[in-house]
Amino acid sequence: MEKSRSELGQIVVGVARDPLGLMGLIIVGVIVFCAIFAYWIVPYDPIAMDIKSRLQGPSAAHLLGTDQLGRDTFSRVIAGGQVALKVALPAVFGAMAIGLTLGMIAGYGPKWLDNLLMLFFDTIRSFPTVMFALAVVALIGPSLQTVVFVVMATSIPTYGRVARTQTLTLRNSEFILAERSMGASMARILGVHMLPNIIGVLAVLAAMDIPTVIALEAGLSFLGLGVKPPTPSWGALLKDGYSLIRQTPWLVVGGGLPIILATLGFTFLGESLRDVVDPKLRKQR
Amino acid sequence: MTETLLEIDHLSVDYETGRGDLKALRDITFDVNKGEIVGIVGESGCGKSTLISSILRLTAPNTRFREGEIRFKGQDLLQASERHMRDLRGADMSIVFQDPMQTHNPVLTIGQQMLDIQHRSKQSKADKLAHAAKMLGAVGIPDPEARLKQYPHEFSGGMRQRIAIAMALMSEPDLLIADEPTTALDATLEVQIIERLQELQREFHCAILFISHHLGVIAELCDRVVVMYAGAVVESGDVREIFHDPKHPYTRRLIECDPGHIKERARVLPTIPGEVPDLANLPEGCIFRDRCDQAMSRCATEVPPLDQLKEGHHAACWLNHEEVTT
Repeated sequence: MEKSRSELGQIVVGVARDPLGLMGLIIVGVIVFCAIFAYWIVPYDPIAMDIKSRLQGPSAAHLLGTDQLGRDTFSRVIAGGQVALKVALPAVFGAMAIGLTLGMIAGYGPKWLDNLLMLFFDTIRSFPTVMFALAVVALIGPSLQTVVFVVMATSIPTYGRVARTQTLTLRNSEFILAERSMGASMARILGVHMLPNIIGVLAVLAAMDIPTVIALEAGLSFLGLGVKPPTPSWGALLKDGYSLIRQTPWLVVGGGLPIILATLGFTFLGESLRDVVDPKLRKQR
Repeated sequence: MTETLLEIDHLSVDYETGRGDLKALRDITFDVNKGEIVGIVGESGCGKSTLISSILRLTAPNTRFREGEIRFKGQDLLQASERHMRDLRGADMSIVFQDPMQTHNPVLTIGQQMLDIQHRSKQSKADKLAHAAKMLGAVGIPDPEARLKQYPHEFSGGMRQRIAIAMALMSEPDLLIADEPTTALDATLEVQIIERLQELQREFHCAILFISHHLGVIAELCDRVVVMYAGAVVESGDVREIFHDPKHPYTRRLIECDPGHIKERARVLPTIPGEVPDLANLPEGCIFRDRCDQAMSRCATEVPPLDQLKEGHHAACWLNHEEVTT
């Protein structure tokens, strides 16, 4: 345990040494901080309407102005960050857990099971995400859970395929043969010996996937398929701003800027993480 | 007085390939007694690895056991359940592989791996770690407690091979299979490993099946030797007998080719001309005929049987018959 903590420390130090990594770390840190402490940061209730002061520009009272219902945009941006992470983290980690399990089974199990799981992955992948989301929303209605489900279901194949490939390369390696010759069961080989070899690659993939998922949630909310109003979401903010762009540009800024920042932050962090975790990739660059 | 541990009885193994069945092992018969060191020599591709994986039943999916039995303590392993095989592996029989750079999991510490292979034991974690440290000490790793916390890449090749031997001997198996354990190491390390193996064998009294193509090592270490060629046993017997009075031309040529045996300075090192025959389309007669300088007409048509020439010395060559008849 002591060892793994120092390893985590090494990774953080490695990321912070890289300028882009440091930037990513700061941006992600700010977003996560705002999301966790959103309740104390927001100056106004993000869903409280104040019709008298609608569509205002930035002022001391409203840092980013107000929307068509007089809601404080800054408060909605902060609260929207919370929603974005509430979707992105469970979706990414859920997809990673399921994809990892299925992928390792596909890679290590018998050929027919591998074919079956690959068929399953390819079937899911063949749906365009937005179309799939439209269908699911039509069936069970828009909500936070629906978005999480859609995102998770569509990203399982990505993780599954990577986990499968890694397992396939490892299964014929000599140290796995050595473990088998020591009488290790399949569960032991997969859990104790393969998992630590695969998890690093998938963790990097997950870090790189978070911005995609945030953008996807914003996109679905923009189309009205995401979280239900009045729940603040960056996509919903953007949608309101888009239709009211002639009245005030501040809604678009409030919705768009955090999406750009979050995407950049997580991408920088993910890339830097990849270089630090995987020395082979670092050499190639 | 000597108890047989492993009996290979007329074993024939094929690989199913696109070109037809590859007859990787044909009619292999030999025994390993308890506490005995038996060497297997032969060129690459002569079926040594197939033999080992058959004993452990860790064979490739296209492997077919055509005939024969592998009896371990009297029980036929080819009929045993997968569950039973798993219980044997790492407990009653274990293996040291050729390349020490690849036999350890790169992301787990040596200690974690040595803990893991004791998964059958009900001891506490501290006891298991102590046992692991004791084993590392036994194979000559200095400061074993501290070394348990290190990763495989922090060890040299020779040390890793010693760790692999420590792991294989951890459960005090009755049979240790060593698959060319010194081939990937340099000459000085080779001597160290061989000496260490001899010491450990005396300490643990396990039988060792030692596979190598280095005759010097076999002569140094083994009690008996089995010479294999193209998937068949051509000669077997006491190590001294075989080295001083080889009865098969292949064995003789092998000994001649061993650099340790060359007395005069030669511009070209001696080799055995020709190639191992295609195992998918075996030629008629003796398999070594094409490369043999003493081949006779009889060799082209009839397969020489593996005859007992003396007590415990077998060879498959018509030359030995010729001596009797003429």
